[in-house]
Amino acid sequence: MELFTNQVLAGIATGAIYACMALAVVMIYQAIDHLNFAQGEMAMFSTFISWQLMQWGVSYWAAFVITLAFSFVAGIAIERILFKPLAKAPVLTNVAGFIALFAIINSSAGLIWDFTIKQYPTPFGSAPFLGSQLISTHQAGMIGVTVLLLLGLYFFFQYTRIGLAMRAAASVPESARLVGINTSWMIALGWGMATAIGSIAGMLIAPVVFLEPNMMGGVLIYGFAAAVLGGLSSPFGAVVGGFLVGVFENLAGTYIPGVGNELKLPIALALIISVLVVKPAGLFGRQIVKRV
Amino acid sequence: MSAAEEVVAEGHQAVEAVPKRAMTLGTGTSLVVLAALLLVPMFVKNFIIFQMTMLLIYGLAVLALNILTGGSGQFSLGQSAFYAVGAYTSAVLMEHANINYALTIPISATVCFGFGYLFGKPALRLSGVYLALATFALATAMPQLLKLNFLEHWTGGVQGLVVTKPDAPFGLPMSQDTWLYYFTLIVTVAIYLLSVNLLRSRSGRAFMAIRDNEIAASSMGVNVSRYKTLAFGVSAAITGVAGSLGAIAVQFVAPDSYTITLAISLFLGMVVGGVGWLPGSFVGAAFIIFVPNMAESISKGLSGAVFGVLLFLVIYLVPHGARQIAILGQQFAGKLRKN
Repeated sequence: MELFTNQVLAGIATGAIYACMALAVVMIYQAIDHLNFAQGEMAMFSTFISWQLMQWGVSYWAAFVITLAFSFVAGIAIERILFKPLAKAPVLTNVAGFIALFAIINSSAGLIWDFTIKQYPTPFGSAPFLGSQLISTHQAGMIGVTVLLLLGLYFFFQYTRIGLAMRAAASVPESARLVGINTSWMIALGWGMATAIGSIAGMLIAPVVFLEPNMMGGVLIYGFAAAVLGGLSSPFGAVVGGFLVGVFENLAGTYIPGVGNELKLPIALALIISVLVVKPAGLFGRQIVKRV
Repeated sequence: MSAAEEVVAEGHQAVEAVPKRAMTLGTGTSLVVLAALLLVPMFVKNFIIFQMTMLLIYGLAVLALNILTGGSGQFSLGQSAFYAVGAYTSAVLMEHANINYALTIPISATVCFGFGYLFGKPALRLSGVYLALATFALATAMPQLLKLNFLEHWTGGVQGLVVTKPDAPFGLPMSQDTWLYYFTLIVTVAIYLLSVNLLRSRSGRAFMAIRDNEIAASSMGVNVSRYKTLAFGVSAAITGVAGSLGAIAVQFVAPDSYTITLAISLFLGMVVGGVGWLPGSFVGAAFIIFVPNMAESISKGLSGAVFGVLLFLVIYLVPHGARQIAILGQQFAGKLRKN
C-alpha cells in the first residue's frame, strides 16, 4: 500500500509538468481550433531566453518577467507573420506549417545554444516538501503555479470582456464578427497568451528535465495526451488530465510486469485511448453538437 | 482562381472537398510520365536508381495515406506502424522461412490489411484530433513492440534483420538495383491503377461521401462504419506493400527506422502533393526524400531550419499542394488551345 501511495504521489509530481503543458495546449486550441505541434519548441526557446538573461546576470524573477513579455510578443508576431496568411488554407496545410515551425525553432536553438545539457535554477528550492522524499519543494511549487494559472485563466475567460470576446471568436467566428469583435486579433491574442503560458511551463519544467533543445519532445506528447484526455475545450480538464496521465504512467511502470521506461508511453497512450473510446470528447470536454 | 475554391461545408471538416475528376492525371500525361520512368534508369548511375526506387516506395506510402485522408477523410499519424509491419513481414518471411521476395509482398499486404482493419474498428469512435492521437499512439508503440524480448528470435530485437537483395530473374542483364527499380515500378503502377479504380468505384464514392458529410452519407444508405474500417484496411495494406519494398531496397529492417518521424514525413508528403490528389503523392514523396538532403547541403548546422523555411515557402505558394499547380497548368493549356 505504501508503494502505491508513493507511486501516486510521484505521479502527481510528474503530472504537474504535463498539466502545465496541457494548459498551454488547451489555451491555443481554444483560440485557433488547432493543436500546435510547435508549442513545446516555442516553450523551449523562451526558456533558453530566460537562461541566457540569467547568464548575463539578470535575477531570476526579472528574467522570468522579461521572458514572459518576450513570449507574449513573439507568439503574436508568429501568428501575424507566419500563420495569418494561412488562415484560409486547409487545416492540414496549417498542421504542416506547425511542423515547419517546429523544425525551424529546434534547429535554431541547437545552433545558438548547442545541444549540451544545461542546469536550470528553481525559485522554490529542491528540498523535500513537508518531509516527503517524493515531492520536492520545486514540484510542490510547480503544482501551486499550475493551479494559480488555472484560476487566473478561469477568471479571465469568465469575467472579463476580452475573455468573453475570445471565447466568442473561437466558438462562432461569424456571429462574433457581427457583434463587432475583431476575431483576427483575438486569434493573435490567443497565440500570445498560449506562448506566454508555454514559457511558464518551460521555465518550471527545465529544472526537472534539464535544459536542452530537445527537452520538450517527450513532455509535449504527454501534454497533448493530457489535454485530449481532459477534453480539449476545458482548461480544468487539461490540468486534471495532466495529473491523471502522470499517475497512470507511474502506476503502469510499477505494476505491469515487463514494462520498462520504453513501454511507459505506449501504455499510457493506450489507456487514454480506451478512455476516449468510451468518452469521445474527453473527460470534461463539451460534446460537439453537429448541425445537420 | 478555381484552384483555391473549396466547399467549406462545416468548420470541423478536416479535408476540403476535391472534385472527383481532379483526383487523377489525364491519360496522355500519365503515359508520358510512365515512359520517362521506364527509360530514365538506362541512363543514370546506380545511386540515382536507388533513390528513384525509394521515391516510388515513399510515393506508395503517401498514396496510401491519401486514400485514407483525402479519400475517406480520416487522419492518421500511424502510417509508420503499418509500414513497419509490412517491412518486418517481408524480412522475417525472407530470412527465416526462405520465401521468395516477390511472394512476401501479397502476404504482407494481407497481414497489414487485417491489422489496419482491426485498428480501424476502435478508431471508428474517434475523429479529428482524437483519431490523430490514437494513430500517434500506434506509431510510438510500434518500435517498442518490435524490440520486445520474446519476439527477438524473429525480429532480431534492437539489431534488426539484414535482408538479402534479390538478383534479376531469368538471367536478365541488369544490376540488382536496376531490377529492383523495375520490380518496384511494376508494383507501383499496379497499385496506382487499382487505387484510381477504387476511388472511382462504388466504394470510392462511399469514402468521399463520408469525408464530405458523414450524416448525409449514412442517410443515403452508406454503411459508414464498414467503409471507414475498409479505408483503414486498404490504406494499411498499401503502406505494408511499400514497407516490404522498402525493406528489400534498403536491405535492412530495424525498429528505429520506423518511428513517428516517418509518419510525419509521409504526412508532409501528402500535404505537399495535394490532399486527395493521387498523382501528387509521388511529388510529395520527392519532396520528403530530396528536400532534407538539399537543406543539409545548404547548411549543416541549420538544416532543420532551412527545411522548415522551404516547407513554409511551399505551403505559402501552393497551400493546396502540387494539385494546385496541376490545375493551373491545365487551365493554361486549355487557354492556349482556345487561342
